[in-house]
Amino acid sequence: MPTTTSLAKRIIPCLDIKDGQTVKGINFENLTYAGSPLELAKRYASRGADELVLLDITATIEGRNTFLDTVGSVAAHLNIPFTVGGGISCVADVDRLLSAGADKISINSAAIKSPSLIDQLAKAFGSQCVVVAIDTRSVEGKHTVHSAGGRKLEPLKTLAWAKECTDRGAGEILLTSMDADGTKAGFDLPITAQVSQSVSVPVIASGGAGRHADFLEVFSDGKADAALAASVFHFNLIPILELKKFLKDKGISVRI
Amino acid sequence: MEVAIVKYNAGNIRSVELALERIGIQAIITEDHDRLRNADRVILPGVGEASTAMTHLKANGLDAVLLDLRQPVLGICLGLQLLCQHTEEGDTAGLGIFDAKVHQFELASHGLKVPHVGWSQIALPNISDKVPNQLLDGITIPAYVYFVHSYFATVGPDTIAICTYGHPFSAALRKGNYYATQFHPEKSADVGNRILQNFIDLQV
Repeated sequence: MPTTTSLAKRIIPCLDIKDGQTVKGINFENLTYAGSPLELAKRYASRGADELVLLDITATIEGRNTFLDTVGSVAAHLNIPFTVGGGISCVADVDRLLSAGADKISINSAAIKSPSLIDQLAKAFGSQCVVVAIDTRSVEGKHTVHSAGGRKLEPLKTLAWAKECTDRGAGEILLTSMDADGTKAGFDLPITAQVSQSVSVPVIASGGAGRHADFLEVFSDGKADAALAASVFHFNLIPILELKKFLKDKGISVRI
Repeated sequence: MEVAIVKYNAGNIRSVELALERIGIQAIITEDHDRLRNADRVILPGVGEASTAMTHLKANGLDAVLLDLRQPVLGICLGLQLLCQHTEEGDTAGLGIFDAKVHQFELASHGLKVPHVGWSQIALPNISDKVPNQLLDGITIPAYVYFVHSYFATVGPDTIAICTYGHPFSAALRKGNYYATQFHPEKSADVGNRILQNFIDLQV
């Protein structure tokens, strides 16, 4: 652990938004409602969240416009960094979201379909606002990228894709282990550590958070720079401030 | 109180505007020379590439306007870097307000990632410093603030707060009526709100 920085490990609640409401599924399915995005965002910001991610999981045009309104209302009230993703496919989409007040955008399937979109976005808005989300699952022992919300297996190895994304200008990698997601059995430490050690940009680990110790492990053994979770925060199974005190006691640098 | 945000091609202006709204300030976003000169406060935000930003400022005559302001001016992130002597990014001459130069982080040997993204602590530049600059009034130091940058300004006589990432760099600078932060006060939770409020409340 470098001692030449006070840089804190980040705790990031993620809100999956459908038709203006926060939802949470298990293994990308079985959605349940978890409340108003604005209320959750405000609560998290006041209780120690270091950043917030809003993912639009609606697919309709009406849903997109509702999401843009949600982004605007959250941005007006939030004084911590704020990433939005879901359904972004071109520079104009990003422009709209940034104008609505987002600080960073997250792209996934669109980057797989057209990797040069990463270059275009980095050039237009700066790498600092381009997060590439990678959904990974172990297939025959090899971590492989999935698209379309995890439904489609892509001919891309996770490590190689993560490197390509950063070479093209991604400023952060949001790595979701589909094997771990929704299980509450802990983050996928091996793939998180591998990606984190092979790219030069911060890696946000996602999928599998269930206990306080899972966060400790993903920062120490998983070498993650930030950890993202949804349901353990939405349903207050792990209060963020309590989690941060736990991590601080264990020697992890966190912002309290 | 008229607060003007300099309109140019360097992102994140909306975030700054929203942060000011949260402390009750309706800022104007303008590249109009007279409106900038007549504003009570001027903010030069910025996220992006230095040479592109500087070219844009010069093409619109904003470099000369910025150099000639008498009211409190606040540079944020790239705004700070453009107010320094020179930046390595695109080998760009700065506006030369602050006695500092801007270099790229080279920290692979420290095991640190670049860009420096996230919450790091700021401290006063000298151990003997007891009272922080007015910009940091009321803030318990060290304090966590939010950074996103690949280039840093050296520590010098104008430094009013440092941060350490591999080595110390200027987290905030002040010379005369010019203030700047490398971090993003608009994204730094309550500490950031206080810094923006302090900037608005500066006695002139």
